[in-house]
Formats: sequence, C-alpha cells, structure tokens
Amino acid sequence: MPELCGISLAHRVINASGTYDAIAARQVFGDAVLEEFPFAAFVSKTITPEPRVGNAPRRIWETPAGMLNSIGLPNKGLAGFLEQDLPRLAELPVPLIVSVMATSRPEFAKLVEAVGARDEVAGIELNVSCPNVHSGLIVGEQPAETEALLETLRPLTAKPLIVKLTPNVADPAAVAVGAERGGADAVSLINTLKASAFDPATGTPALAAGHGGLSGPAVRPVAVQQLRAVTAAAGLPAIGMGGIASGVDAAEFLAAGATLVAVGTESFRDPKAGSRVAAELDLARPKEATAHSALDLE
Amino acid sequence: MDPAPLPRSEAAGPAPFGRRPCEVSENRASGGYRVFSLLDREGPEPAPGQFYMLATERHWSERGERPFLPRAISVAETGPAAAGVRLDFLVEGVGPGTDRLCELATGDRVWVTGPLGNAFSEPRQVRPGAAGAILVGGGIGVAPLALLRRRFGERNVPVRVLLGFRDQTHSGGLDDLFGCCEVRLASEDGHAGHRGYVTDLLAAMLAGDDAGSAVVYSCGPPAMLEAVRSLCAGREVACQLALESPMACGFGACFGCAVPKPDGGYMRLCIDGPVVRGDQVAEVPHA
Repeated sequence: MPELCGISLAHRVINASGTYDAIAARQVFGDAVLEEFPFAAFVSKTITPEPRVGNAPRRIWETPAGMLNSIGLPNKGLAGFLEQDLPRLAELPVPLIVSVMATSRPEFAKLVEAVGARDEVAGIELNVSCPNVHSGLIVGEQPAETEALLETLRPLTAKPLIVKLTPNVADPAAVAVGAERGGADAVSLINTLKASAFDPATGTPALAAGHGGLSGPAVRPVAVQQLRAVTAAAGLPAIGMGGIASGVDAAEFLAAGATLVAVGTESFRDPKAGSRVAAELDLARPKEATAHSALDLE
Repeated sequence: MDPAPLPRSEAAGPAPFGRRPCEVSENRASGGYRVFSLLDREGPEPAPGQFYMLATERHWSERGERPFLPRAISVAETGPAAAGVRLDFLVEGVGPGTDRLCELATGDRVWVTGPLGNAFSEPRQVRPGAAGAILVGGGIGVAPLALLRRRFGERNVPVRVLLGFRDQTHSGGLDDLFGCCEVRLASEDGHAGHRGYVTDLLAAMLAGDDAGSAVVYSCGPPAMLEAVRSLCAGREVACQLALESPMACGFGACFGCAVPKPDGGYMRLCIDGPVVRGDQVAEVPHA
C-alpha cells in the first residue's frame, strides 16, 4: 500500500490544493462524493490567518491545452476554517492534508500550531509562493528563506510538513534542498507557471489581475523536468503534479521520481478524474507509456 | 397546491457524481442558432435555469489547443425519452467550444455533468402576491426561458414573453422552443417586431396596468440583463436573472465564476446561481 511520510493511502493519486472543494462537491453531487471519493488523500484549499474574498473577476481564461487562473486564495481564515470547514472535511473517507500560507514566520507558526494540533489533520502543506512582509522576498523563490521558514515551523508539529514548490525559479532543486535542510518531510510540485494572456476582443489583459498561473497539460513537460531535478538533488519524497490527465501521464511522473501524483485542472473537466487516473495507473506501465509517446511522434 | 419549482438538489436529488457520455439524437438549425438533443440515461430531469457542463467526446482538447474546458450551457427543453431524459440545448457558435458543439452529428457522444446550479422560482415564491410572470430573453439567452415558460404554463401561471435579437443571423429558437405561445419580439435591425431593444417592450409593459403584480424572469447578454435589473429596481418589481460567468468546472471547485455581491465579497455562480434575485447583485457583471 502506498504511503507518504507514514500516512497510508489506498492509491497514489491525490488532489492539487485549490482545485477541488469537497464540501461544494458534496452539496452538488450528494453523498456519492463520500462513497466514491476520487482521491487517496484530500488537500484543502490554502488557509490564511485572516479571511480573504479573493481577486476581482475575471479570474480564469482558457489557453491551449490549459488555463490561466488568478483566484486569489479566497478562504474563511484560520478561525472560520477550524470552526466551519474542518468538521465537514473530517467526514471524508481519506486522510486530510491542510494547505496554509502566511506572509511572516510568526503568522505561519500560528497556522501550523493551530492546524497541527487537530487530530483530523494528517499533514500540512506549506504554500510558500507568497512574499515575506519582512524581507519582501517570495519565500519559495529563495533557498535560504525556505530553509529558515522550515527551521521555525519544524519544532511546532510532529505532523508531516510538505513544501509546495513554485516552478517560477531558475533552480527549484536548490529550494527543495533548502526545504530538506530546514526539516521538511516532503515536497510537492509544480505550482502553476506565471503566465498572461490578452483578450483579443479588447486588447487588454484577459485576467483582472493582469497575470495568473498556467495549469493543464500545457505545463506537463515542465513539471516532469522540475520533478527530475528536485528528486535528484533532494532526498525527500515528492508529490508530482502539473497537467496530469490520465494514468499514462501519472506513470510518467512516477518514472521521473514522484512518490505520489496529484490531479488538479483535469478535475474541472472530469469531477472523478482522480479515480479514473488511479484506475488507469494500475494498467499503465512506464515501458508502455514510453513506447506510446515515441510512436506518436510525427 | 401546485408543486413549486425548487433548486434541483431539493427537487430531484443531486446530479449524478462525475461526467457521463450522452448520445446526440438530433442537431438541427434554428434560425441562426442550432438546437441539439442529447439522450441522458442517468440524470434527473432538470429544472428551468439549470445548466450542464458539456464537452464533445471527440475533438475536444485531444489534439491540444482549444477547446479545453467544458462549456456551461443552460438546458432549453427537456422531456421523457425512450430510455431516459431528452435534453435540448440552444447554441450559437461564438468560439472554439460552441463551434464544436454546433458541429455535433447524430450518434456522436458528449461528456455531460449535471444538472447543475439552482433554478428559477415561481412568482409567489419570489414575491408574495405576485401572480404572473414576465419572461425577458435576449439572443441565445432565450434558452432557459423556453423550459420556464412551459413549466409555468403547466402550473397555470400567467406568462407574457418578450424576446429580443440583434439581427436575423443572431436569432433563433423561436419556432422550436416558443412555437406554441404568443411572443412579443424586438430586433435591433427591425427584421422582426419592434425595432429596438426588448427592454423597450419591458419598460412599456411595466408602465402598464398590472405589471407590479408580476415577477420578471430574464436571461440574455449582460447589458440587457443590467437594463432589466435596473428597470425592475426603479419600479420595485421583483426579478430573477440567469447570469453567466466564466466557469471551468460547474461544481464549486475552480472558484473562477466569481460574481460580486452588493455587500462585498463574491458568490460562486455555479453553486450560488446561475439564477439570482435582482437585489443579490450590485450590477450584472460583464461576462
């Protein structure tokens, strides 16, 4: 049976943070969501210390084999999450990983202590694609910042700490090594690629925020390469993601060094993509996947 | 008492979990639009205002490029079929996704998720004492009003229908979806009915005798919906609007379809809509 940092899982496919609202899905599809839950573990949307309403629309834009988003991390804040969402997420039939983000080490510490103290929570994912208000630097873009953050957080919980790596750096492996030195238990990658599009009808940026993150099959080869580099440099287990839409895709990420894979954008197209990818992965052997890819080149 | 239309989750149980392939039983021209029918062997019958996420089984992202995401399309009509439920959709080719849907051939299969979202309510549920309904549709937005008109007819709710189109090319659905009832038309080019906007017809109607006792139901382009919302607000007439917003998933996962609320913050149109009361939005967002 697959496992991640001591968390036993029924299969190797989980969700990417921010791409599945299990509470909303249950409202729409009923208890079938619990009976046929698509993922082997559930990763929450990112929680911040205070509530956030998210960015002004327009928030999404379709692109070739993918999409841009600038959602802006809408969430109820730590207190709202613990009170309203956590009890409902605890009803899911799989381990729960809570994603957290803050703009300073003390705020991060507050989140990790509060979330880590809850029995319902199996692990914590650190979203480090945010600026540190003290240094002005994006934590996840700096190996030293990432290491220092983990050194602050590591003593606060015995639960697995997973660092979500940003792909928007020249050397993601160096950041992964920083996370490992600071005491992280695992890394997950890739987050979305910073990207823009202009609306041809208006000649202005397609997203209200001006730019957003690119996801979907368009980013898959970038993710596979970053995964190879990260797993070669750091000794941590890695959750690989970035455009996975099938078992063949998932097998590619496992071949590149991932311990688990995550499905994100594909769930928008297929609400049960997680289960489908897991079932296809059982049948998809890496050798076949390689042969298929090679034969398909024209 | 008449059974009232309710949000689908209360009316017919939740949508089946996941997407399912449904076969195309027909695809025909309807004015400048197309009407295609799917045979849904699993889903419950949808309520007026609900929508489905649709993507063709073939030639939808499989060669890269676009379309990639499924498209949110309101159901225009429904009825029992030999082995399930017939779903009719009115579409206009305005981009890679709707162009592909327009090309569907009988026997093709479409990935379907739904029915999704809430539904229109009866007049007296929107405003106690309101007896009648005024349906105001524009362009491709006439679609959900067809099913709504039929449901109201079955429940003896008095209905008046006002439909507007830009020009002959950008019009359709009349004979197919509104063939059996009286419709007052407006067209910007004057090819049918009043030359001008459908909201001109609404303004005249609301200025008339008993319009204050009716509820307005509307779907159409954002500028038209905003004119309807503002007309109704100015005359204290209750209204329900079926809105549109860019949507990747349709079930609350992507947070893309945010619509500003008057008191700050955003609703997710897929699960909090697509039907909203006029006073639930500060103004109709430009999709």
